[in-house]
Amino acid sequence: MSIDTATAAKVAKLARIKVEEDALPALAQEFNTILGFIEQLNEVDVEGVDPMTSVTPQRLKRRVDEVTDGSQQDKVLKNARDAREGFFVVPKVVE
Amino acid sequence: MSDLHKLTIADARDKLRAKEITSVELTQSCLDAIDAADSLCAYVHKTPDLAIEAATAADARISAGDAPDMCGIPLGIKDLFCTQGVDSQAASGILKGFKPEYESTVSQKLKDAGTVMLGKLNMDEFAMGSSNETSVYGDAVNPWKVDERNLTPGGSSGGSASAVAADLCLAATGTDTGGSIRQPAAFTGIVGIKPTYGRCSRWGIVAFASSLDQAGPMTKSVRDAAIMLETMCGHDPKDSTSADIAVPNFEAMLTGDIRRKKIGIPKEYRMDGMPAEIETLWQSGTEMLRDAGAEIVDISLPHTKYALPAYYVIAPAEASSNLARYDGVRFGHRATLGAGDGITEMYEKTRAEGFGPEVQRRVMIGTYVLSAGFYDAYYNRARRVRTLIKKDFEDVFAAGVDAILTPATPSAAFGLGEMTDADPVQMYLNDVFTVTVNLAGLPGISVPAGLDAQGLPLGLQLIGRPWEEGDLLNTAYALEQSAGFVAKPNKWW
Repeated sequence: MSIDTATAAKVAKLARIKVEEDALPALAQEFNTILGFIEQLNEVDVEGVDPMTSVTPQRLKRRVDEVTDGSQQDKVLKNARDAREGFFVVPKVVE
Repeated sequence: MSDLHKLTIADARDKLRAKEITSVELTQSCLDAIDAADSLCAYVHKTPDLAIEAATAADARISAGDAPDMCGIPLGIKDLFCTQGVDSQAASGILKGFKPEYESTVSQKLKDAGTVMLGKLNMDEFAMGSSNETSVYGDAVNPWKVDERNLTPGGSSGGSASAVAADLCLAATGTDTGGSIRQPAAFTGIVGIKPTYGRCSRWGIVAFASSLDQAGPMTKSVRDAAIMLETMCGHDPKDSTSADIAVPNFEAMLTGDIRRKKIGIPKEYRMDGMPAEIETLWQSGTEMLRDAGAEIVDISLPHTKYALPAYYVIAPAEASSNLARYDGVRFGHRATLGAGDGITEMYEKTRAEGFGPEVQRRVMIGTYVLSAGFYDAYYNRARRVRTLIKKDFEDVFAAGVDAILTPATPSAAFGLGEMTDADPVQMYLNDVFTVTVNLAGLPGISVPAGLDAQGLPLGLQLIGRPWEEGDLLNTAYALEQSAGFVAKPNKWW
């Protein structure tokens, strides 16, 4: 599996990280180095082996479905770059 | 300047109880040492006023009697822990200026026990790195030095390791996703333990790879690790993966008696090209445990070779998901937008500006292995291999092995900047002996065991059964006593 610059650009887009055009070849090369390393996993016989879902077998704790927290609007908005009238502010989303 | 900052937790606890010293004196001694050590770049946010306030309260509590063991002990806290009202930015530009409105469960437990936070410690950005060179604050420096080069303290908990080794605190918190407590501990001649997955709450610790991340103490002795770990552990309703299992008194389990304990030596950890000194150290560690009465057995962990590649699928996959939250909306950095830029441009520019190169690389690798068409080939395959890696350990534990002895790292500390031109995989190999433990969710501890020919510390790793940190710490205690490692770095900073 070899990654070309078009695939690198697609991955960057999916990850929502802006990568300049001229940086794509080097990025693709790094991906290929790392993926080449990962390819070793193809040597392992995983037939009939379940993918791990929980490393320490445990039943997750349950609790009554009730409100235990809230009314902290000021705290929630405290670290936002732009917050007005109790809301987060972002650039226009729909035309 | 007094020498109180050089004390261990255990000694300081006893002196505080005996009224020989006060926490304020102890804390001031650490603060003075910190201010004289800026060249190590270990502390990235200092909190001296909060520290003196906490120390004053601790002294009152000790005077009133019945204070916990950790009361009055000055600690450094890794920047990955959210600390209320104090900068917590995971050494990333994207969290610049972030001051949490809440406290992580582990640091809250330490606070409740009366400990004194001295400040926040340097680390690799989002804990992604093995040399502390991906930090937005600049490189943390190893207090150990053998020539004109500045050496790495390891990573990702490099600031924690540097601070403990240079006596800029009595102990520090670390976190370990692939070796980030144990590798820096080994590079700086200190003790670091990663407990069983689920022992410590992850709530309020900036997430990297949630199925692998665990917090743990980095200390000057095994006894200190036992004392501090006990305070950090315990069930937390805010982390559903934290185990509701009683936390024993780990310190009380340090008898040093390991007679009839079965110690496994895994043949797969004898790597090609491993320096002879590491091999020799491992051999002498084996002899020390044998002399202490343990039974040494050769074991096989056949899937060891595949741990690192599996890790470099699973950890980036989880990271790409966890780091999706850094979008410039709710906290942290937001890029300045150009005319006509919409929300997608805001995300893309914010993340390109805020994340460093290694974090971007891992987020994108994670995005790739989770993308349509590759999910099964990479991510699911890696999770299946992870099942096999865990089974390797289960098989040897079922055969009666109590603990496994391995080298902690494939080399001693290297020079800062020496790996800059290497491909990323070369850096990843630092974690070759530690990463299996995270994948299997097991407790692992690094114990300083000797110096190499240049005079740099080397560590040995012991791996224990799940939830048996007490037994593991006791074996580490026996190893520590036999190894008799007392060397300290010569102060040059």
